[in-house]
Amino acid sequence: MSAPVSPIRTPLVEGHKSYHDITNDLVGATERAPSKTWLIAFAISLTVLGFGVFCILWTVWHGIGSWNLNRTIGWGWDITNFVWWIGIGHAGTLISAILLLFRQKWRTGVNRAAEAMTIFAVMCAGLFPLIHMGRIWMAMFIFPYPNTRGPLWPNFNSPLLWDVFAISTYFTVSLLFWYTGLVPDFATVRDRAKGFRRKVYNFLSFGWTGSAKHWQRWEALSLVLAGIATPLVLSVHTIVSFDFATSVIPGWHTTIFPPYFVAGAIFSGFAMVQTLMIITRKILGLQEYITLEHIESMNKVIVATGMIVGVAYLTELFISWYSGYIYEQFAFFNRALGPYYWSYFGMMFCNVVSPLFFFSKKLRRNIPFTFFMSILINIGMWFERFVIIATTLARDYLPSSWSFYVPSWVEIGIYVGTFGLFFTLYLLFVRVAPVVAIAEIKSILKTSGDQYVGPNAIHHDDHDDHGHGDDHGHEHDAHEEVHAVHSTPKSTAASATEAVTSSAAGSTTGTSAGYVQDDLTKIEGIGPKTEGALKDAGIFTFASLKNTDVQELQRILDKAEGNFMGNNPESWPTQANLAAEGLWDELEQLKDKLDGGKFA
Amino acid sequence: MTIRDKKVIYGLYNDEQDLLKAVKVAKGAHMDILDVFSPFPVHGLDPLLELEESRLHIAGFIYGMIGALTAFLGMTWIFTKDWPIIFGGKPYWSVPAFIPITFETMVLFASIGMVVTFYTVCGLGPGVTNPTLDDRLTDDKFAIAFDASHVDAGDVESFFAKTGAAEVNTKIL
Repeated sequence: MSAPVSPIRTPLVEGHKSYHDITNDLVGATERAPSKTWLIAFAISLTVLGFGVFCILWTVWHGIGSWNLNRTIGWGWDITNFVWWIGIGHAGTLISAILLLFRQKWRTGVNRAAEAMTIFAVMCAGLFPLIHMGRIWMAMFIFPYPNTRGPLWPNFNSPLLWDVFAISTYFTVSLLFWYTGLVPDFATVRDRAKGFRRKVYNFLSFGWTGSAKHWQRWEALSLVLAGIATPLVLSVHTIVSFDFATSVIPGWHTTIFPPYFVAGAIFSGFAMVQTLMIITRKILGLQEYITLEHIESMNKVIVATGMIVGVAYLTELFISWYSGYIYEQFAFFNRALGPYYWSYFGMMFCNVVSPLFFFSKKLRRNIPFTFFMSILINIGMWFERFVIIATTLARDYLPSSWSFYVPSWVEIGIYVGTFGLFFTLYLLFVRVAPVVAIAEIKSILKTSGDQYVGPNAIHHDDHDDHGHGDDHGHEHDAHEEVHAVHSTPKSTAASATEAVTSSAAGSTTGTSAGYVQDDLTKIEGIGPKTEGALKDAGIFTFASLKNTDVQELQRILDKAEGNFMGNNPESWPTQANLAAEGLWDELEQLKDKLDGGKFA
Repeated sequence: MTIRDKKVIYGLYNDEQDLLKAVKVAKGAHMDILDVFSPFPVHGLDPLLELEESRLHIAGFIYGMIGALTAFLGMTWIFTKDWPIIFGGKPYWSVPAFIPITFETMVLFASIGMVVTFYTVCGLGPGVTNPTLDDRLTDDKFAIAFDASHVDAGDVESFFAKTGAAEVNTKIL
């Protein structure tokens, strides 16, 4: 806990929370009576789920003939939806496992909900291959067990069987990982509950006590599970891509599929996490735990994986042309300019062009825009799978068997029904379990709470191990003054001077955002680059520039990155003196006499 | 470690830093700490309490190996001895095609095995009710517990007073 923490690190828990506040805030949502919004949402989800179940029963009763699949188009919406859902199910384990290994603290705010989302998405995904079998009551034939048919074994060389193993393993491991994380939090809920509720949570918490040895084993288990879940999450979508890549269908038979599918899965998974988190944090009031910082971090993952996906699309196009193989070339020509051109360009726009907006920090931190983008990306990723599957199959080797595929109402109903299943489960989860991992948030509070780091940090006299230096009293004053100035933006130069001179003594205030700053480029001889160098050195205002002597300024310029050979700071303190006093006319007169910042 | 049928004297602390300092003092005075409870894993506590490193990862490795061998040898036996079939002109024993299932089974065995081992050695599981010292220990309090029959009550009281415990209680579990 006593590791030095940079005071300029962005806080991940806002609102000056104590441990008890965290418990109250996060358990509270499960203790209150369900809100009207929740009840309405639950009723809608349940209705949609009911319709989905009806469509599945219709399929089972009437057979796959109730779908618009035909001789050439053997896979349509069913496998499209399967790959789409399984892709969404990749973000949870990525957040909880890979980010745990990379020690990304922001994962603690979103991992619980993302893992829940993973589990529910995998359930939705698994449904499609099952019903696609037609005779769902024979589903156990896919598992290798000593049966009365010989025993006859499944084909272990088939990627479709690998899929069975990959997805059932993924589901099991995600579930175990998620539940093990939930056990201490269920104990927290238990210890606040009474009567029957206490009995229920006592059962769910497995008798957790919080003993030091248990915590030690719990952490060891989480780390090893994360270690093995990391290659697992990469293997699952790799194997899903093998379903296509090992076939000899033009447009599918490519070696780029595994990394391309994995990147796409992470891309769509994070988009779905954004969709859910933005709604959840708003409705449950968790803005202090799922902060803008979390949203921005996820948007960064989205823009990175979106570009990987974009490169993959273009590589595919290039290779189909470069291969010189006419069937491959036709497959891509047909995707882009055939009867399904709209899905191809929809995919290109949503997945390749639109994520580029996230290069702008402003847009990455804009919540309505992020929400809009997350929906757009989900649509785009659905189109991607539709393009790969249905449009490729619609026009195969024999032009006489070409056809146009439109889903039947049953297929649409099943897809819509999986949303019902997904949201029903998610809404139940939100009611029953803490949406944010309580114990994990508490364990990062001292290093990421906004009372300890960031511009709103306050000093705690009882914890003197945060690297603040010795001069506590003085530093505290400096902070308060800076705040006072900050709260009145049009403050006078005089009070700004005070704030800055006193804060210069404290070592922790040298950050840019949120503090008093002047536009130093008003000084002749200081451009934006030089201004950056000065601010890096702790000079933010005219007042502090005025008080810095010329040799010191020269030393700053010499040490700074970049070439400042042409800059001569000899007149800067004189100019800053006028600027700090607000004597702009005099400053202009002085500038006229200067030659590029040098005394003429 | 589950504590049962013991008279326990324990002090509650408000902050993990106080807890760590107190544990250090207790170790220095050679007091026999029964257990320490916290609402989240406190880093730096394990070496102070001289807890051995968990061997779960070794167990996980063994389970993983069992899984990998089961899958690989199983597929080998099925496709070379029990029911050999040629798929796509490839050899009966086509090792590269066995890799994905071998890997998945390894992960499956390792994770299920480790989780079951974890709950078993910790004495946790569905339907288990362990007595707890205080309901606030899963919220915002940190406790050091002593076995009342092993320590002198006066010593413990003065230790808690000296190290800044917020409360001192006795409970029979």
